[in-house]
Amino acid sequence: MHEMSLCEGIRGIVEDQARAHGFATVKTLRVEIGRFAGVEKEALAFAFDVVMRGCPAEGAALEMIDLPGRALCYDCAEEVEIENRLDPCPRCHGGKLMPVGGDEMRIKDMEVI
Amino acid sequence: MCTVCGCGGHVHGHGHSHDHHHGPDGDLHFGQGRAGTHVAGVSQARLIEIETDILAKNDAYASGNRRVLRALGAYAVNLVSSPGSGKTSLLCRTIAALGQTPLAVIEGDQQTTNDADRIRETGARAIQINTGKGCHLDAHMVGHAMDHLDLPHGALLFIENVGNLVCPAGFDLGEDAKVAILSVTEGEDKPLKYPDMFTAAKLAVLNKVDLAPHCDADLDAYEANLRRVNPEIEVLRLSARTGAGMENWLAWLHARLGEKSRGAA
Repeated sequence: MHEMSLCEGIRGIVEDQARAHGFATVKTLRVEIGRFAGVEKEALAFAFDVVMRGCPAEGAALEMIDLPGRALCYDCAEEVEIENRLDPCPRCHGGKLMPVGGDEMRIKDMEVI
Repeated sequence: MCTVCGCGGHVHGHGHSHDHHHGPDGDLHFGQGRAGTHVAGVSQARLIEIETDILAKNDAYASGNRRVLRALGAYAVNLVSSPGSGKTSLLCRTIAALGQTPLAVIEGDQQTTNDADRIRETGARAIQINTGKGCHLDAHMVGHAMDHLDLPHGALLFIENVGNLVCPAGFDLGEDAKVAILSVTEGEDKPLKYPDMFTAAKLAVLNKVDLAPHCDADLDAYEANLRRVNPEIEVLRLSARTGAGMENWLAWLHARLGEKSRGAA
């Protein structure tokens, strides 16, 4: 979706952290991306390189950690892990699932100098 | 100085070893060396744990908008859909039917003030936000628009988002409910193709039902697909053109506004 906007969010957080903690360079930045976050990883990586120019994270390595998609099954009332949004419940094969996790888009940590 | 990671200059406030993340309040953990063994680094590198949502700034603005709306007992609807589903026509008809109910409209589009102009012709207060290249409204834009609208107590605020079934799903504007408009010419499988938006919505309005017989639209299939991606979604069928079904939509709005206003009183 809006990977450029997300990278602008990342840049804002990097700049705030650089001011608060006095570092000049981010070596590695790790983000956690949920399965259902709607983030296209290749687009995020491309936008990251472009948007970070001129800020402490220019040239930083972007590492993406996948978080699983979780949903509540309305048929068996269990919380289950699913690969794709439209998958049936792996326990009871029901088709009514409400996502309850997997929409995360979070900066986990940064390695800085 | 902490002997585990070599950090200094900030107070932890609790005795511990460093085998856990610091709290959800955004507390930071940093040191001269590496706090963990999971990131390769050179000796002078240090690890800063952030644990911050990438959209944290937007979410903070959204919380601010929500506080303002709560204090006013105002109910905000974020109208989302693909382009051409009839959002503005539905709004014009809704405004005419709401009569004396205080309301205001925020219109989001990439370009032009056409939609705000149409709303203003009804006599309602409207502000156009042009996002330029942007594919969605964000909470900061909406907060600015709310400042200009000078919302009265107990108002309905309609936020017509940019016509796009993808990006607006991820951006909280501080609204009380997302309402997805889906027109019957779009295809019954639209909710399956763009599940995130329909999962985020509290209500789906199936618009242009007067056209259903002309395009072989199966309204029950629309509803079944909506419930497949969101078992809790409410669905209303109407035609903004003929007015059929409008009474249910108006009743829904009055009920939600009533609950919110009573909460603020």
